[in-house]
Amino acid sequence: MAGFSMRPCGDFRTSYRQDTRIFDTTFVRYAAVCGVVATALMPFVLDGYYVNLFIQISYFAIAALGLNILVGFTGQISLGHAAFFGFGAFASAWINTHTGIPVLLSIPLAGLLTAAVGLLFGLPAARIKGLYLAIATLAAQFILEDFFARADWFTGGSSGAAANPINVFGYEVLDDFSFFYVCLFFLVIMYVLGSNLMRSRDGRAFVAVRDHYLSAEIMGINLTKYRLLSFAVSSFYAGIGGAIYGHYLGYVSAEGFTILLSIQFLGMIIIGGLGSVKGALMGTVFMVLLPEVMETGVSALSVFDWANSTAVTDGLAYIKEMAIGLAIILFLIFEPDGLSHRWQQIRAYWKLYPFSY
Amino acid sequence: MNFELLFQLLLNGLIVGMLYGVVAMCFVLIYKSTQVVNFAQGEFLLIGAWVCYAFLVEFQMPFWLGFIFTLLFMLAFGVILQLVVLRPMIGEPIISVIMVTIGLSIFFQSATKWIFGATTATYPQVFETRAISIGGMQIETAYIMSLGISLVIMVAFYWFFKYSKLGLAMRATAFDQQVAQSLGISVKTVFAMSWAISAMVSGVAGIVIGMVNGVSSGLSVIGIKVFPAVILGGLDSIIGAIVGGVIIGLLENGAEFVDGQYLHWGNLFSIAPFYVLIVILCIKPYGLFGTKDIERI
Repeated sequence: MAGFSMRPCGDFRTSYRQDTRIFDTTFVRYAAVCGVVATALMPFVLDGYYVNLFIQISYFAIAALGLNILVGFTGQISLGHAAFFGFGAFASAWINTHTGIPVLLSIPLAGLLTAAVGLLFGLPAARIKGLYLAIATLAAQFILEDFFARADWFTGGSSGAAANPINVFGYEVLDDFSFFYVCLFFLVIMYVLGSNLMRSRDGRAFVAVRDHYLSAEIMGINLTKYRLLSFAVSSFYAGIGGAIYGHYLGYVSAEGFTILLSIQFLGMIIIGGLGSVKGALMGTVFMVLLPEVMETGVSALSVFDWANSTAVTDGLAYIKEMAIGLAIILFLIFEPDGLSHRWQQIRAYWKLYPFSY
Repeated sequence: MNFELLFQLLLNGLIVGMLYGVVAMCFVLIYKSTQVVNFAQGEFLLIGAWVCYAFLVEFQMPFWLGFIFTLLFMLAFGVILQLVVLRPMIGEPIISVIMVTIGLSIFFQSATKWIFGATTATYPQVFETRAISIGGMQIETAYIMSLGISLVIMVAFYWFFKYSKLGLAMRATAFDQQVAQSLGISVKTVFAMSWAISAMVSGVAGIVIGMVNGVSSGLSVIGIKVFPAVILGGLDSIIGAIVGGVIIGLLENGAEFVDGQYLHWGNLFSIAPFYVLIVILCIKPYGLFGTKDIERI
């Protein structure tokens, strides 16, 4: 039974190992590998604009996966993810410039440092949950933002911090083309790690805490430990994503990590699907492409007179923000399970075609 | 120590705190009767202030007429918002409900920026503003007016929940929805009305602040400041909201004083409430007057 190319009707999984594998069928596994290979070949075919988009998607997707582990899998709401993302960016720049540790090492180190900070702000989670925790993390967002503006020694204060480019064995990664592969490397590693975490005891403990924390506690899961661990893992991901972001831009400014970015992260996982590893990726793709699509749409509409008016062209930034808010609302009302659920429905439809009822 | 400045700041704190209290009360009203945490409360202020501004400046209405139209607009706005966006969310997990109001908040914030611009606009002169002196301190009449309006709103809330039929229906619904429904209270109306009242009163608060400080997108910050206030007072207590609002107002201005006189960090005034928020959540998560959540297995 080792490898189906399609799962037959009925459930024939007979061992625990089969039940917890990442890819359901051999076909899906090959498809995933092919997908990664195809993505790796992408910069040879497509121009710089798409490569840049992919880089954006990858660092946001890493952070979004972290948030999904916290919100989607453990059921703790965090409104301060952007602050941890920013902390990772500053931490990596600081470690690299002040200790001379090469960037490739400073990125994971920044992740660990951010995990420690996340643990600190996750401490209220030992006592409170749900709504109260959401408000506590909201406070964390503002406190960290204030810290970024204030701590000159760490962040350069209002002038920001410079981040060195990534250096792989003496080869400086300066252009988008080579940075693309750095991103792809981190993206694949972090997503494989994330999927595997969810198959382990700790991952199942997260889900148990989310589904019914009292039952989880009775089954011997240490609630405080797993709530804090979830905060740490989530901040670790945010830190890694932020560090890549910082080294990509080469400059980290204290203003970039506002509550709006936190909300965008939450939007990504809601649109993608709470509690789904691939949902985090899908949601990020949606959220990154949405403003781009809006821009293309508006420029396509410019054949009409009203679309050329200053109200539309000057208000484009606001229209994009409105679109983010609207997308979140519409998804919550019409597709609360997100894109990954929709994707499964589409798959089921074609698998059972024409008897898809 | 500069006592005069301290008293001036504390007085400011009291006045601002009363306004926080009013907004916090609106927040608690929604939370209590519909169990929705409204992250878009600040945008209600913003919309109220801008709509009134539009009536007064664009349509050249006299103040009283524009004010009444604004109230009607906010009433309709609250009801429609509840019907279209919040009603489908009943019974959804808490993250969805939080996120939908956050989505509303982004949407309306950027929508008002788009429609009315991102710069500060000043209201036309409605009341004469001059400073009067009370006990040696200079206070602008606009501040006195805002204090008065806050007090009037609070008394009106008290009366509303104590004696009016709708207010009693709201309290009954907050207590137990099923029992309220079985006694013939329309829970749907109560939900819609609590959003409408909250929007209206927040709109009034927005107009008051707009008349004192001018109206800009910065108004919605008050929607965030409400959180320390309601957590301090207890999420489901109207009295707590007022007390929390006043304390946060005083604390802000106290922090401003300490910062300006001794520490010189700058910006402490806007961040101090959030430190307090974290401390309260760690020590006494249900606030001063909130009901403790007791769980039984």
